[in-house]
Amino acid sequence: MNFWYSFLAIVVLVMLLLPTAAMLVWVERRLLGFWQERLGPNRVGPYGILQSLADLIKILFKHDWIPPFADAKVFVAAPLMGALAVMMSYAVVPMAPGWVISDSHIGLLFFLAMTSLAVYSVLLAGWSSNNKYALIGAMRAAAQTISYEVFMGLSLLGVVMLAGSFRLSDIVLAQQEGWFILPQCLGFVLFLIAGIAESHRLPFDLPEAETELTAGFHTEYSGIKFALFFLGEYLGVMLISMMITVLFLGGWLAPFGLEGFIPPIIWFVLKTFVLISFFILLRAALPRPRFDQLLAFGWLWMLPLSLINLLVTAALILGGQ
Amino acid sequence: MTMQWLFYIAGAVALFASLRAVCHRHAVHALLYLVVSLLALAMCFYLLGAPFAAALQIIVYAGAIMVLFVFAVMLFNITDKDIERERQWIRWQVWVGPTLLVLLLLAEVVMLIQLQPAGAQQEVQLIEAKTVGGLLFGPYLLAVEIASFLLLAALVGGYHLAKALGRPHDGAP
Repeated sequence: MNFWYSFLAIVVLVMLLLPTAAMLVWVERRLLGFWQERLGPNRVGPYGILQSLADLIKILFKHDWIPPFADAKVFVAAPLMGALAVMMSYAVVPMAPGWVISDSHIGLLFFLAMTSLAVYSVLLAGWSSNNKYALIGAMRAAAQTISYEVFMGLSLLGVVMLAGSFRLSDIVLAQQEGWFILPQCLGFVLFLIAGIAESHRLPFDLPEAETELTAGFHTEYSGIKFALFFLGEYLGVMLISMMITVLFLGGWLAPFGLEGFIPPIIWFVLKTFVLISFFILLRAALPRPRFDQLLAFGWLWMLPLSLINLLVTAALILGGQ
Repeated sequence: MTMQWLFYIAGAVALFASLRAVCHRHAVHALLYLVVSLLALAMCFYLLGAPFAAALQIIVYAGAIMVLFVFAVMLFNITDKDIERERQWIRWQVWVGPTLLVLLLLAEVVMLIQLQPAGAQQEVQLIEAKTVGGLLFGPYLLAVEIASFLLLAALVGGYHLAKALGRPHDGAP
């Protein structure tokens, strides 16, 4: 694989990801409307399908404003960092056999590393805004992300042990006998919850809880910089869904021996879309917890459970040898 | 050859960012330079054939420990007065002693490199996670245990300090 081929792959991936994330905004609002017995956006184009385009045009024409009391350099860099860290992670996600930009032997660790760097975006956005709401949002984001990161990594170790590799395509191929969602059902649930918390989605969107913090860490942001946060959030949802697909749902592998007539990428997209819809359903259904409840839940339930999962998996693998 | 250049660039970035981390007058900006320096170090590790160490460097240092540092410093409400005081503290006279000591160390390193036999430069060996794990729970088991004792002590200490005073046993986490 030469340099230009990789470069082309990156360009194509970015060109696909950004419109998909934008469309996801429309999908989410329509699905939310459906589940909440209302219409949702339906004015722009057939079924409101051009809503994201209209939003984009609106956002591009907004005044790109930096508050005079903000730390300008950090203020501008923060939204870029978040979007970039998420987009970097896509480099290691295998979407079909051979369809991956870098099939790195530390792919899973790279994903974890980029997730852990994404927190800087929120943290610095809140701090550089020089605004109390934003600062409180940033503090919440940092505490939440650090707490949930701990068992996000731990919950994946069961999968790593079963597959014997950090390479994501190896992990997919190790699931030919059966998807890891069955032997690792606890790990699956833990990773799902951690993933929602990492992408700050409802019910874990306390860093931007509008009832108490106006808009949390992005209170002072507008125009294209706000759009970057928005984009980062939807890219994050897609990324977590893809990772769950790869790690627990067999990636591009077809279920029930249905190989042959449907290309692998279709299976991958289908599974990812089901998970994204599940994320949106959660948002439509669940209320927000209190912040101390959120942290207590993480440390008192999720961490011990992920440690137990790790221990039992290791014991079973050792016993089976 | 490309690898070598990548390594030198990453090393230069690490060096420059570390310098800025020491010299910068604004505490949060200095910390951000430190994060960049750690990331550049991770790149160096990767290029030297230690991908697992590189990933852990990012996850643990850049992604967790430094986040806590930034988190703490961010709450200090740094004003222009603090930056002015920092400017007064960082004068050239302060640098004379450290610079001399560092030059001494640099001379030692240069001598060490000179003394090494010419054929010592080997091919880059890839060290996988499995090797690291085997070493940690083999020859270095004692070090791992000591580190875990330290962490446990820190954990107990942290718990003690963070415990709510005045209202014991009310069930609050």
